[in-house]
Amino acid sequence: MPDLGTEYLGLTLPNPIVASSSPLAERIDELRRLEDAGVSAVVLHSLFEEQINLESHDLENYLTHGADSYQEASSYFPELSAAMGPESYLEHLARAKKALRIPVIASLNGASPGGWTRYARRMEDAGADALELNVYFVPTDPAMTSAAVERMYLELVQDITSSVAIPVAVKLTPFFSAPVHMATELAAMGAKGLVLFNRFYQPDIDLENLEVVPTLALSSPWTLRMRLRWVAIMYGHVAADLAVTGGVHSAEDVIKSMMVGARVAMMTSAVLKHGPGHVTKVLDDMAAWMEAHEYDSVRQMRGSMSHRAVAEPAAFERANYMKVLRSYALKGDRRS
Amino acid sequence: MPRAQMLDGNEAVAQVAYLASEVIAIYPITPSSTMGELADQWASEDKPNAWGAVPTVIEMQSEGGAAGALHGALQAGALSTTFTASQGLLLMIPNMYKIAGELTPTVFHVAARALATQALSIFGDHSDVMAARATGFAMLASGSVQEAMDLALVAHAATLGSRVPFLHFFDGFRTSHEVAKALPLSLDDVRALLDDDAIRAHRQRGLTPDHPVIRGTAQNPDVFFQARESCNPWYLACPAIVQQMMDRLAARTGRQYHLFDYEGDPDAEQVLVLMGSGAETVAETVEVLRAEGRKVGVLKVRLYRPFSGADLVAALPASTRRITVLDRTKEPGAPGDPLYLDVVTALMEDASGAAPRFATMPRVLAGRFGLGSKEFTPGMVKAVFDNLASAAPRNHFTVGIDDDVTHTSLPFDATFSAEAPGTKRAVFFGLGSDGTVGANKNSIKIIGEETPLHAQGYFVYDSKKSGSITTSHLRFGTAPIRSSYLVSDADFVACHRFSFLERMDVLGVAAPGATLLLAAPCPADEVWDRLPAPVQAQIIAKQLRVFSIDAAAVAKAAGMGGRINTVMQVCFFALSGVLPRDEAIAAIKHSIEKTYAKRGEVIVEKNFAAVDAALANLCEVPVPATVTSRLGMRPAVAPGAPEFVQLVTSRIIEGRGDQLPVSALPVDGTWPSGTSQWEKRSIAAEVPAWDQDICIQCGKCILVCPHAVIRATVCEPAALEGAPDGFKSAKARWRQFGEQRYTLQVATEDCTGCRLCVEICPVKNKSETRLKAINMAPHEPRLAEARAHWDFFRQLPHTPRSELSLDHVKDVQLLEPLFEFSGACAGCGETPYLKLMSQLFGDRAVVANATGCSSIYGGNLPTTPWTTNGDGRGPAWANSLFEDNAEFGLGMRVALDQRRRHAEALLHQLAGSVGERLVEELLGASQDTDARIATQRERVVALRAALAGRDDAAARELDALADVLVKKSVWIVGGDGWAYDIGFGGLDHVLASGRNVNVLVLDTEVYSNTGGQMSKATPRGAVAKFAAGGKQAPKKDLALLAMAHRHVYVASVAMGGDDGHVVKVFREADAFDGPSLILAYSHCIAHGYDLVHGMAQQKLAVQSGYWPLFRYNPALAEAGQRPFVLDSKPPSIAFQKYAYNETRYTMLAHAHPEAARSLLVDAQDDVLARWRMYESLAGIPHKDEVPPSPEAPHA
Repeated sequence: MPDLGTEYLGLTLPNPIVASSSPLAERIDELRRLEDAGVSAVVLHSLFEEQINLESHDLENYLTHGADSYQEASSYFPELSAAMGPESYLEHLARAKKALRIPVIASLNGASPGGWTRYARRMEDAGADALELNVYFVPTDPAMTSAAVERMYLELVQDITSSVAIPVAVKLTPFFSAPVHMATELAAMGAKGLVLFNRFYQPDIDLENLEVVPTLALSSPWTLRMRLRWVAIMYGHVAADLAVTGGVHSAEDVIKSMMVGARVAMMTSAVLKHGPGHVTKVLDDMAAWMEAHEYDSVRQMRGSMSHRAVAEPAAFERANYMKVLRSYALKGDRRS
Repeated sequence: MPRAQMLDGNEAVAQVAYLASEVIAIYPITPSSTMGELADQWASEDKPNAWGAVPTVIEMQSEGGAAGALHGALQAGALSTTFTASQGLLLMIPNMYKIAGELTPTVFHVAARALATQALSIFGDHSDVMAARATGFAMLASGSVQEAMDLALVAHAATLGSRVPFLHFFDGFRTSHEVAKALPLSLDDVRALLDDDAIRAHRQRGLTPDHPVIRGTAQNPDVFFQARESCNPWYLACPAIVQQMMDRLAARTGRQYHLFDYEGDPDAEQVLVLMGSGAETVAETVEVLRAEGRKVGVLKVRLYRPFSGADLVAALPASTRRITVLDRTKEPGAPGDPLYLDVVTALMEDASGAAPRFATMPRVLAGRFGLGSKEFTPGMVKAVFDNLASAAPRNHFTVGIDDDVTHTSLPFDATFSAEAPGTKRAVFFGLGSDGTVGANKNSIKIIGEETPLHAQGYFVYDSKKSGSITTSHLRFGTAPIRSSYLVSDADFVACHRFSFLERMDVLGVAAPGATLLLAAPCPADEVWDRLPAPVQAQIIAKQLRVFSIDAAAVAKAAGMGGRINTVMQVCFFALSGVLPRDEAIAAIKHSIEKTYAKRGEVIVEKNFAAVDAALANLCEVPVPATVTSRLGMRPAVAPGAPEFVQLVTSRIIEGRGDQLPVSALPVDGTWPSGTSQWEKRSIAAEVPAWDQDICIQCGKCILVCPHAVIRATVCEPAALEGAPDGFKSAKARWRQFGEQRYTLQVATEDCTGCRLCVEICPVKNKSETRLKAINMAPHEPRLAEARAHWDFFRQLPHTPRSELSLDHVKDVQLLEPLFEFSGACAGCGETPYLKLMSQLFGDRAVVANATGCSSIYGGNLPTTPWTTNGDGRGPAWANSLFEDNAEFGLGMRVALDQRRRHAEALLHQLAGSVGERLVEELLGASQDTDARIATQRERVVALRAALAGRDDAAARELDALADVLVKKSVWIVGGDGWAYDIGFGGLDHVLASGRNVNVLVLDTEVYSNTGGQMSKATPRGAVAKFAAGGKQAPKKDLALLAMAHRHVYVASVAMGGDDGHVVKVFREADAFDGPSLILAYSHCIAHGYDLVHGMAQQKLAVQSGYWPLFRYNPALAEAGQRPFVLDSKPPSIAFQKYAYNETRYTMLAHAHPEAARSLLVDAQDDVLARWRMYESLAGIPHKDEVPPSPEAPHA
């Protein structure tokens, strides 16, 4: 039996498959099923500060709308019996922590500098083993420079890493001009891990109703390619643990992720599609592959196919693009 | 010594009642609803009663039901209570006789309210409790918040001690809703007064099979009478027991009450006798009059039943020469109102007894005051004393009004004041939506609880549900406050909406030298120039100091939207100086934290930001020595209004209705229709603007407009000649209208700015998709033009009905609405249905309207939205009660049918003289289309012409009855509280009757008018008052129950789901010659979302299958078809996708996620199960169809 063990954010994990944030993480029984299926850690769904604020505003708005305006009805709803805010998330986190043996990583999407640090601390207090920052910002202001955006990210990460003792990972967007430099800077600000990459809702156009519709499709194995490239390039240059998220569906995907240099591979879409039992299958497949190919451990393969370890580093560079085009042309020629 | 709290009367009473009870049966009714709501809330929070158990709070289907449940609970040995008022108390009366007859201890707490007579009134007087005085209940009256709390406990204690049930009452609104400083009673106080032995005895009397008894026998003439007298000892003992409990309370709290409490000169010669909050004002006035040397006093009646005449007489000073008894009720035709008669009897019996107290029996006069919360002020009290002192005093007088018809009223000096010197008074004019009342409740709580000052808050609202004006009356000072009337001579006046200054006399209430705080939409240096001349004149004359703040801008910057409450509250504290500034700010922040913490940190933070920004923006406005403005006040009603509207309605709108004399008002509650069109409120900041170039003329905006402000017509181009500049029209997109023009116009001054029209518009501008064919635009710049356009539009001809195909929404838009500009909420989901009904059948409709939202926006003064067409025809509308509406409407139908039969008989009788053919046509003509109805109207005209000049009785009678020959449509309208709960029994009977009535249920799924209490229409999983943990049971399927009758037309509609279906259903219901029931999905502010999405939510409700659209038409069965047609498609989205857009569902998901999830699963199951059942109903083979035999091979 090969050793599937790995280390991520200072946590020693029996295997590199981490359940990434998904609706399954919202239910304790599902989390237990994931654990039973073999995931080595779990990232909870994100606490969105903006959503909490929005819900607070909405609730305040609708509870006060019409209140104290009319003689016969001083209000239209009973008093709220529980407080709005992060409490239900934090309670869920604490319950998850109690119910599971594997590490629980809380995920946070803040909206204000104060909110990020406040909620990060409360997650730590609620028992999170680590924190994943789900940071994204869509710069729509034409006057905002990329340097300013980067500075914002870095200050944020520094604020948070200096206010909590648990390890902090940052989930990155793929849209930096210089991703590797950005990654090293983030590590310098205290990020212990970098998760590549965040997937966003993308707007689509509903032609019948002339409306913009947000969409998010489940990831496909194809999604993995971009992650593999950037982990491969970053490996060895960045003083932080790298994690792949997005497009990890099979044992092969996990193995590829390890080979380019990731410490863990996070899985969501495949689990949503096939159920938690899929994890067991992937782990079995992985062990079988490693045995068949005579790998002793995951550590052994870590970074073996990274940018600096491969024979043809250019394959991760621009030339790759042209080669692919040529191969398509050839295929086309053969068809015709 | 407990710490004083600021409480309103309802909460003060509910605290005691909750502690002293095990079972609380409730039903919402203004102004008592809050007591039940608080009890339910405390129970849901597991708050224990005095014995450590959580009381069971159960909402019933009516007050009759609550009384019945209570009677049962009492019989089974539980300590039980209820809260009610007005008509609710009337419904409890049968059980009250039983409960009293069985000597069962209980307390009914009543926020005393007027009974509906010539009109409904939600306000306070004693007509309800007086109607219950013969039931055998003891009756205990409180006159202030503290008294209400204290005597609530005395009532609970005395009922246990005496076995006589108690009705404890206090004045609706004046006491139930006044926020005042009170010392709360502790759990120990409650335990100390409630006698354990008496409680044990009560429990032991409870029915149990372990030692069974029989109660509720039927007794015959041999014993009934004797048995009825058997209770006498308990009634005789009762007053002493009450006094004993009052003494025990005094021993614990120092507050001593007596059965009759006298205050005033020990040697008084003139004494007023009365009950309730008015007695506080009399006591206050007595002090002032005594200071002037007058020998006067007041006797407050606490225990009204059992009436202890001897105690009353003993409580009067021996020096008493003259007495006036003031009743707050009216018994037309009686020799006097009840308290007066009781006092006279007591004095007579004393005088004729063995040892009379008075050498000469005092002369007793009767007066009536304060009906329906009419103000009762020191000036009025003085007038009563002056009358009493005069050589020829008036008897059976009224005070507080100008009775210029039967001349009962006493004149009074409105400027006479009896308030304690040093009491500060403040009045705030706010808009319902700006949070003014909430902030003032907060302020008065801060003053009352954070300082040693006495404090009082009372809040007045107008009757509109959109753009309502609120007035907050605050008092505070070192002396106790006993003024149970509104503030005048205010030291501080705040106007939170600048436009009020030109609409009403805001400064009339200001005392000379007062401070005026304005929320102005401009910098302080521009304020003066924007003030109307009369306002400037008053500022100068009264030497007011004026301050202003652009509160809207400050609030907006702090993220508070339109809620300027916090900003204005800070300014009030800064200017009033009631607390040092820093302390005030700290107290405000503390109270913000307490109020908003549960709603989230971000809410607290934005309020803090508003507090911090307020003071920096508060500026003093320099006041010049002379009036510089040329602006006048806006007229209350539009020019051209009818005389009645000019003389009467306008005075009510201006807030001067109190000054209208008796002669100005209709004698029998009959008011003219169509007066809302003259009240131009201009409450919307943004109003719809039409883009004629891209409009497809579908009429959807017109259909959904809740206030009927969007209208269209198609007319010849020539009709548009002379149109004002900018008047828009487009070629009509109807084949039959050729080159005619279509125009769509907006009554912007009547618009509430709800935006439903924009949301429903299906057209998008191809170059800029955010724009539609109707868009919101700022009102102010367009006001004059829009007014001119509207006036021009109103005189355009209406498209003839004969040219329209009324099956289509597109054509229906051209029908004139006869329901317009109501006071309903902005975005109301009910009113579009009523408007549609009025468009289709209004000129021949009679409407019976159950009490509730629709009777308030449909019939609450000052103005009435039901209106008439150019021929003077329109819906005739009446409201009877809440519980009886189906029966009320049925009565109308029966009467119309009866009158028609009479007319038919007369036609037969007179056929020879008026023409056989005409008679034949009148009797036989079909009236199934608008055109045929129009022809029948012409026949009636011909008939009248034939009858003209004849003076024989039959002809005259037929002439009077002739209109009934034209088909009438009877509509029975009400909400779900009526149809599903309180009125269900009657509704069921009316449907069973087979008579041709149309029942329209405006289903908001809660009691909307009283503030969102659960009804049986409330869906599973939704949060409502009385269902704080989410309703556990599914919504009752009223349609299915109605279909069980088999001969009833039943339909379920949702305008946002399918508007064409609504039109079709309304027309089928009207056409169906039998009872029809339409269940209409009505979105409501009690659902908790922005109602701009109301129609979209309706669509989701239909798509999820939660609200299926269907018709059950017995006429189809007659024609050999399946009667049940499912008109909507099978569920295509999850119930959650619809429900979780609404706070009524999501607040449970926030508070109790697990419970919400489980209820959501059940609710989804409900939807699917119901859908499957309806599918099978739609597939039920008709009786003539041969069902497939079991042996037949399956395909």
